[in-house]
Amino acid sequence: MPLPTDPSSATHDYAHPERLVSTEWLAEHLGTEGLVVVESNEDVLLYDTGHIPGAVKIDWHTELNDPVVRDYLNGEQFAALMSAKGISRDDTIVIYGDKSNWWAAYALWVFSLFSHPDVRLLNGGRDKWIAEGRETTREVPAPQAAEYPVVARHDETLRAFKEDVLDHFGRPLIDVRSREEYTGERTHMPAYPEEGALRGGHIPTAQSVPWAQAANEDGTFKSLADLKAVYTDQAGVDGSEPVITYCRIGERSSHTWFVLQHLMGIDNVKNYDGSWTEWGSAVRVPIAKGDEPGVAPGR
Amino acid sequence: MSDSAATLPQSLRSIQDDFLALGVNDRLQLLLEFSDELPEVPDGIVPEDAWERVTECQSPVFIHVDGATDEPTVYASAPAEAPTTRGFASILVQGFRGLNTDEILAVPLDFPQSLGLEEAVSLLRLRGMAGMIWRIQRQLSQPAAG
Repeated sequence: MPLPTDPSSATHDYAHPERLVSTEWLAEHLGTEGLVVVESNEDVLLYDTGHIPGAVKIDWHTELNDPVVRDYLNGEQFAALMSAKGISRDDTIVIYGDKSNWWAAYALWVFSLFSHPDVRLLNGGRDKWIAEGRETTREVPAPQAAEYPVVARHDETLRAFKEDVLDHFGRPLIDVRSREEYTGERTHMPAYPEEGALRGGHIPTAQSVPWAQAANEDGTFKSLADLKAVYTDQAGVDGSEPVITYCRIGERSSHTWFVLQHLMGIDNVKNYDGSWTEWGSAVRVPIAKGDEPGVAPGR
Repeated sequence: MSDSAATLPQSLRSIQDDFLALGVNDRLQLLLEFSDELPEVPDGIVPEDAWERVTECQSPVFIHVDGATDEPTVYASAPAEAPTTRGFASILVQGFRGLNTDEILAVPLDFPQSLGLEEAVSLLRLRGMAGMIWRIQRQLSQPAAG
């Protein structure tokens, strides 16, 4: 049975407030039957240094990706992962993580490819929980294996591939990376040289909206009015056309996907997880450099 | 593999043995212990401008090698929010302790891959530790740069 929604999220006028919970709400509901808390971080050991009591760890690198092919788990693998983490199909999942929830949003997006019915994000993530002095523990729960059905992964609605992007020109594309990556001064994030690409720049026509423009200082999401000022007024995303978001490997753009899809209620948003590490190394795809979005290539 | 084993000093080999004796999950716990044990560098020991950023790591980690004696001392600093990086740094700080310059310079850059951590940590993350070894060795072989 899904847990009740957090009434405090409703005060922000978000389209789907049931997708967000506050730290207060989570603290009150910890231990409730039917609630599973999942921590998903960039750093594979951060959970082990202390985590929200009862939370289980899911690592994006070693657990959500296929170990060989650059792809996500399939239905069988996902069911096995959920079972091992003690998660049932009708459980309410709350995900949180480091770096303002980048990897938490990424995990939430992957869970959504398997249409897990009730999966929510902790507003403000790990940093806010810790900044508020809330309880953490090093005690790792040993969940009983749960029954989780094998559900086929559905990429069509939420996931864009390179070919989809090539067919998408003329409609909104959001580049979530830093300004230096967008202009092409850098081929990787300042601290991520191993996840670079052979060429620098951006996909032509993409608007540059770094993910942080969706977040407040404390890592919580901005209000709906502020989000509209950024994504609708500045970047031209009003829900009338499909949108594709991308970044470097698809984690920061999952954060933006969450904002557009769940907070702003835009229905047709896809995340291009191949992102710049694919596009910037692919042969003969168009690239724009500099501050301007550039023009759509002729077809 | 045989090359690495031949040149690996006893201190690093015993760390390697400790990791390989464990199952995958326990290796992660051992890495956490190393992370917890990374010694704090007291203020004033390393001048501010002597720290070198290890850009191969995703998290801010800084190293400095004091090579004034023939038993160099490796210092490392990384934030609590980056425990994997702290763990890697701690393995090197502890494993290089008591070694002389030539022994440190002979440590193979693929040492991180010999700890059995690929599955638990992923290869990408392990590259950060190779970056630390490379920078420590470079500071020792080109002391003027430090």
